Amino acid sequence: MPVRRSILGIDGPQPLARSLRDAQYIADEGLATAAYLALALGKPLLLEGSPGVGKTEAAKAIASVLGRELVRLQCYEGIDASAAMYEWNFPRQMLAIRQAGSDYVNLYADEYLVARPMLLALQTPRERILLIDELDRSDHEFEAFLLEFLSDFSISIPERGTIRASEPPVVIITSNRTRELHEALRRRCVYHWIGYPDPALEAEIVMMRSSVVARDTAHRIVAAVGRLRGEPLAKPPGVAETVEWAEAATILNEQGVPWPRAFARAIGVVLKDQDDLAYVAPRIDALIMGNAA
Amino acid sequence: MTLPRPLAPFVNFAQALRMAGYLAAPEQAQAFIAATGLLGPNSLLDLRRAAHATFGPAPERHAEFDALFDEIFLGRVLTAPAPGEPEDMPNAFDAGTFEPMLAADDEQPSGADASVAERGFARRFVDDEAAALRAFAKRVPEALPRRRARRTVRGKGRMADPRRTFRHMMRRDGEVARLLRRMRKQRQRRVLLLIDISGSMKGGTEGALRLAHALVQAGEQVEVFTIGTRLTRVTRALSRRNREQALQHASGLVADWDGGTRLGEGLQVFLSVPRFASFARGAMVIVLSDGLERGGPHMLSQAMSRLDKIAWSVLWLTPLAADAQFQPKTEALRAISPMLDRLGNGSSPQAIAGEILHFAKGARR
Repeated sequence: MPVRRSILGIDGPQPLARSLRDAQYIADEGLATAAYLALALGKPLLLEGSPGVGKTEAAKAIASVLGRELVRLQCYEGIDASAAMYEWNFPRQMLAIRQAGSDYVNLYADEYLVARPMLLALQTPRERILLIDELDRSDHEFEAFLLEFLSDFSISIPERGTIRASEPPVVIITSNRTRELHEALRRRCVYHWIGYPDPALEAEIVMMRSSVVARDTAHRIVAAVGRLRGEPLAKPPGVAETVEWAEAATILNEQGVPWPRAFARAIGVVLKDQDDLAYVAPRIDALIMGNAA
Repeated sequence: MTLPRPLAPFVNFAQALRMAGYLAAPEQAQAFIAATGLLGPNSLLDLRRAAHATFGPAPERHAEFDALFDEIFLGRVLTAPAPGEPEDMPNAFDAGTFEPMLAADDEQPSGADASVAERGFARRFVDDEAAALRAFAKRVPEALPRRRARRTVRGKGRMADPRRTFRHMMRRDGEVARLLRRMRKQRQRRVLLLIDISGSMKGGTEGALRLAHALVQAGEQVEVFTIGTRLTRVTRALSRRNREQALQHASGLVADWDGGTRLGEGLQVFLSVPRFASFARGAMVIVLSDGLERGGPHMLSQAMSRLDKIAWSVLWLTPLAADAQFQPKTEALRAISPMLDRLGNGSSPQAIAGEILHFAKGARR
């Protein structure tokens, strides 16, 4: 297995964590370690976690640290090779045949090949990284097909032969874990489970993401979100919701709504489900302020 | 071939993981060793992180994984803790505050009266059940509801198949002879089985788990949870083919046998873990419970109405319905019965099997 100790001058988890911070992403040590190992070992990085903990954001930050373009492949049920790898441009091929008449025309030249995310990442591994987003939404057929790609980073096109990457492309896979991914796929990857950040870290994230939020507000919002996550809600708030709530409450406050009311008034950006709102409504002040209910 | 001595713990660790039922392929062990080299390692923490990144234990098994790690690398022998709760369970739901409900004495016939004849009956009963479960396993793949998948296959559907049409055309020198088509595939619907394992269901829980095992083995996407004072996912345990092993493993996971019912609360917790709630989406949901809910029906009906919205259909099978005169009497059951697609008989594995095999959407009773 080819091992590179240093990738673009990043030679360990701590330097990577620092670079990620410069790219506006705060990674805990576990994530920095897993990401560094994935880059160094040339393996795909598999990130799992609840919705809204920043899996896709992590991929964007890694792309920006490496200075490469992020090619995102959003998975869905029934996704197949023509959406993920490549497709022939049939209308153009047809036109070419009509125009050629009796002349010879190569219908499988590059100009008729439409490269999709996986092929793009393979052709230009130094310029792009591939994000396979929400793999758990795809079906088993696609997962099996992906396995082939991830094991030797090659794609075979019947009309053209096998296309192989000059170096393994950086691949990041995310999953919300709504189903278990196949073990053969898991074992090819470097794995990290992203949990909800601890309160201090989350407050730091809020302040980094939004410059208008004051330190005190950030800490109070994070504590309140922590209490909300302890309730049996249909849609527990993610990190993005925390940031939006802090911002929304700050804006309301600037317009003259006093503090505890501003939090309660902006609740719609953090709880987006009618049943959840009804469920917490009677205790909303206690949940925000942290008084025992 | 002898192994260099410093590598021994790494290999032993992979072996210990395999013994404990983790996924630990040789390439992962290899990656673990390479990762350790890359990280320095400066401390044991580096080593532990490398292990987590390369072997990727599921979050609910982190504690168990770390115990194994300590045992190999620190020589610390600890008894592995029981598998923990799923990762992001709201903390509102723990068994701490709960008092077990006392079972009524007359439920268990005991002592001298259990005659030889009765034992004979019991055995025949078990044989009947085994045969019924075998028949069930055979028929259920056909009988489970199906849905149209998003994936297409060649066939006589509405969608054009440009790739095949083009190839077909090429064979005829560019003449569009006919348009080939694709159609959507059929796929089995997800099935979600929620088993109430409270004291009042005591007689039926083992049979229900045997049925659940048959269902998991025969179906494609089946999820099974038990709800008592806690919520436990037993799908993985039941996916072992050997029934005895599977049931043993499952009962080891469940820590709240024959406790009290907090079904409403259990269902709410189930729905509040996003990845669990997504198991119910578009699924055929089967609840095995007598609906004897402690406390008011409010929580249960709230949870059921949410479940009803995301599920394809909801079956409620209660052992009390074995009686032909059965009418939902408890407040909880009356409150939720309008949301059910079927309120049926769950008195024995055979009855449950029958209900599943003969369920047809739209035939509300």
